[in-house]
Amino acid sequence: MTAIVTTEGLRKSFGRRGSTGPPVLDGIDLELEEGAVLALLGPNGAGKTTTVRVLSTLLRPDAGRATVAGFDVVRDQRRVREVISLTGQQVAVDDKLSGAENLTMMGHLAHLPRRVVRDRVAELLTAFDLADAAGRRVVTWSGGMRRRLDLAAGLLTRPRVMFLDEPTTGLDPRSRQALWDVVRGVVDEGTSVLLTTQYLEEADRLAQRVALIDGGRVVAEGAPAQLKREVGEAGVELTFATTTDAARAADALAAVTPDGARLRVPTDGSVAHVRSVLTAVEATGVLPEHWEVRAPSLDDVFLALTGHVGQDRPSRPAEVAA
Amino acid sequence: MTYVLRDVSTMTVRGLRLVSRDVDAMITAVLLPVIILLMFVLVFGGAVDIGTDYINYVTPGVILLAAGFGAASTALAVERDMSSGMVDRLRSMPVTAWTVLSGHVAASLVKNLVTTAVVFGVSILMGFRPAASPLEWLGAVGMILLFVGWITWLAALVGVLVRSPDAANGFSFFVMFLPYVSSAFVPVDTLPAWLRGFAEHQPVTPVIETVRGLLSGDPAAVTDPGGVAVLAIAWCLGLGLLFAAAAGLAFRARH
Repeated sequence: MTAIVTTEGLRKSFGRRGSTGPPVLDGIDLELEEGAVLALLGPNGAGKTTTVRVLSTLLRPDAGRATVAGFDVVRDQRRVREVISLTGQQVAVDDKLSGAENLTMMGHLAHLPRRVVRDRVAELLTAFDLADAAGRRVVTWSGGMRRRLDLAAGLLTRPRVMFLDEPTTGLDPRSRQALWDVVRGVVDEGTSVLLTTQYLEEADRLAQRVALIDGGRVVAEGAPAQLKREVGEAGVELTFATTTDAARAADALAAVTPDGARLRVPTDGSVAHVRSVLTAVEATGVLPEHWEVRAPSLDDVFLALTGHVGQDRPSRPAEVAA
Repeated sequence: MTYVLRDVSTMTVRGLRLVSRDVDAMITAVLLPVIILLMFVLVFGGAVDIGTDYINYVTPGVILLAAGFGAASTALAVERDMSSGMVDRLRSMPVTAWTVLSGHVAASLVKNLVTTAVVFGVSILMGFRPAASPLEWLGAVGMILLFVGWITWLAALVGVLVRSPDAANGFSFFVMFLPYVSSAFVPVDTLPAWLRGFAEHQPVTPVIETVRGLLSGDPAAVTDPGGVAVLAIAWCLGLGLLFAAAAGLAFRARH
């Protein structure tokens, strides 16, 4: 396997009028294998987007080096642009054009022969389940449809490397699922993908490698399974009325220490294990006010791997509710 | 390099689609100059005595005013591109920077051509009697488009530089008032001396005089070597090249 994207010691800070601000990238080292998916996982402000902007030639690094398909992103800008596609955080399609018009325009700008543009547009509209809406103006489309069109626009040229910056932020679960399928299809066709995300689950589903980014640095890197092993499995979380209640329940569950009025019991998530935990608690006579089975969140990952919670918590209601 | 023409034509098609499908903006772009024309001729016209029919005098001025208004919407369109994800996507593709802006400028030229035709039409219905030959008409419209060209490139530059739609909107104030301090609506010798100096040495005045001369069927006075037409063309080409280059550079520099 060869690396198709590499970065060595990327540094970038944004300053105004000569004074340099705090570093946004503080020495990023990454490697994406050809044909694979690498996920940059981290909270807002960690440096994920800045890394993508450097790799897609939109931003010059202050120091360090980055190559895409062997081309330097600063010196061979033009060559890099010929082999990549970028789908940014904001959807980049024209509302007043139809889906087909949007794709056709991007095909022409990518300098594909006219006939190829026509065929490829039809092909992508079908593949992304947009053929029925293709003639309607995008302003009438749903968020998920626009996101798919946005991705399709990046695929007209069959890029060797695709950069996806938080591709599923703001999508409902069904659209998110559909988008994951699309990304898997792209990878099957031989494109290497570097994506950023705030969701551990997304990195887990899509990527062979995950780089955990915090404060402009890669704080951990590895296969999702490896990271999850380090974080631990899911847990049964029980919240009691008082800390005394929590302590009594903890006594019944060996090797668990309460965190205030809260208990977290590691679980493999099986019905048998969860039931045994709940039965043991019930036997003590103190019942929790609330309980749930919770997968490790991004905060848990950070806590486990860096010893602190990410600077800026991603707000994802399902995980904050506990 | 061979792709530059194709990029320009692709971006022009986009610009035209965006302009023509923004129905509200299109109606405003056509109606506003017509209302201004009616206002000048019917409201102010009776009070202004310049020795000829005021409508013959004022029509070219209203058209340049409309050009400024049309250009302001280009500033907004460019700002919208810059603040949306569109520019990031385009910059990550092998597309030459300024072709993105040229699409908006080309669309502005076409839109202003439509507005110009409507204003001329309404004006003729109201009694405007140009005495120009087809060739002189062509010259007058060409002059107007040169004017639209530079002011639209300036608008594109503003669109690249500003960071909000409100700021882009502010540009329309500047271009709306430029024609007022010129010979567009009143002869400059009626202005106070200090204002006259500005009015005589700004681009709108020679452009107005050239269009007026061509439409009055007396082009000799303006097309002489050293005549006002040469000055007008030099202003428009000079400013056009300057602002186009500045817009291209600013576009590349902004991240």
